[in-house]
Amino acid sequence: MAEVHLKLPASEEEVRRLRAGDIVYLTGLLFTARDEAHLRALEFQHEGKPMPVKFTDGALYHCGPIMKKEGEKWTIVAAGPTTSSRMNSLEPQFLEKIGARLIIGKGGMNKGVGEAMKKFGAAYLAFTGGAAVLAAQRVREVKGVHWLDLGMPEAVWVLDAVEFGPLTVGMDASGGSLFEEVAKQVERNTAEAKKRLGL
Amino acid sequence: MAGISDKVIEDTVVELLRLAVTKLPADVEAALGRIFDEEKAPASQMQMKAILENLKLAEGTGTPLCQDTGIHVFFVKLGAPCGDIEALIRKGVERATKEVPLRPNAVHPVTRKNPGNNLGVHMPYIYYEPGTDGCLEITVMPKGAGSENMSQMAMLTPSAGEKGIKQFALDTILRAGSNPCPPILIGMGIGGSADICMGLAKKALLRPLGTSNPDPDMARLEHELFGALNGIGIGPMGLGGKNTLLGFHIEHAFCHTASHPVAINIQCWAARKATARIHPDGNVEYLTHKVKGGRVEGSKGERDGETAKGAKKGGK
Repeated sequence: MAEVHLKLPASEEEVRRLRAGDIVYLTGLLFTARDEAHLRALEFQHEGKPMPVKFTDGALYHCGPIMKKEGEKWTIVAAGPTTSSRMNSLEPQFLEKIGARLIIGKGGMNKGVGEAMKKFGAAYLAFTGGAAVLAAQRVREVKGVHWLDLGMPEAVWVLDAVEFGPLTVGMDASGGSLFEEVAKQVERNTAEAKKRLGL
Repeated sequence: MAGISDKVIEDTVVELLRLAVTKLPADVEAALGRIFDEEKAPASQMQMKAILENLKLAEGTGTPLCQDTGIHVFFVKLGAPCGDIEALIRKGVERATKEVPLRPNAVHPVTRKNPGNNLGVHMPYIYYEPGTDGCLEITVMPKGAGSENMSQMAMLTPSAGEKGIKQFALDTILRAGSNPCPPILIGMGIGGSADICMGLAKKALLRPLGTSNPDPDMARLEHELFGALNGIGIGPMGLGGKNTLLGFHIEHAFCHTASHPVAINIQCWAARKATARIHPDGNVEYLTHKVKGGRVEGSKGERDGETAKGAKKGGK
């Protein structure tokens, strides 16, 4: 288990070196994107419309922050991760057609996403769900916002972060997954739970 | 007397929302502290450390501890005359969305349009009960989607019996896995009709941790399910660990002899709620949080009966 401090954008080589269980801190741009931003980005890509940001310039963050506008400037209030599994069906296409090297979220993603991460050289970094103030404190500036018509939680926010973490590599680019390891342990424990419950 | 003034009610709603999203009730904080002490593996310990650190930061800065400030479910006990309570709660929610601030989460269920103020048809949602103590009691539960999305309901057959309930609990917790931000609080409804059952599951989340259902059969079932399922191994944030649950609460209702409804509503580790009792003279008691001079000073569960009488919004 290594502790890694990465500057964004991270290279494919740096990302492929990460192993499930490593602790990572990121410095650079984070782009928030949830369900609606994924859908629109894929739609834009399909229609050949320009993307508002180059997602490979930073990390993709499954997050719908609370933001406050003071004058013309947006400031960050709270910005923890959202449930990544909601994007399970969209992420493989996103990785293939639009691209991302690092995905930050909570709860992990399914095998299909794991396969796509292996193929395209990406890793999944888990941040503590609900730790929204901790996350916001690592953002030094809100650089901008795109697609705000989707609403505050669903818009694409461009965040400039410093030592954003601690993040745990939940899924690496070689098929390693902490979530699968936990699932195996849970399966073993389930037999015992069933016995205790008389099932 | 015309009843409790509109301004006191509206201001109390804003304050309840601010308290609920910036500080957890004492029983939940204590449970998270105990779990931190028990989690020795590096992965689960790191998650619990981040959770506790975040709680301190949120309280210190008066910032929402989680960016998902939820949709707003209110429980009102109407024990004193008052004006248009629904309109006042809506006004309070709109103000709190700007003033705290809260994330605007409420959207049209089909067009997904977000009005930006947390208001919409039946949103915020309000449960009403008659009150008997001459006071108006308002509870808010900001409910995040990560946990709510993992809720389940089943209309079992009566022959499935208690085993059916246990299997349903196991299946629901396994299916939820890492998604609802464990360690989670399980609210289970048993009996009633489909709508009553899920409503009971939600109300079960309001009970202070460590309390049991007064029916001994239900208390036994709570104890058994918690004992068997807490150690299932999902652990804090689903990265493995000793503790998956904060608690397992059951609320029940009698049901049709041909029905066997069972429902689970899940609450994340950020099990937020706040309750205020407004007296007819306008004094406001906060039952879940200690409030002095407008600042949160720590909170007490309802069980020990310690309250901060006539704090901030006291007087006429």
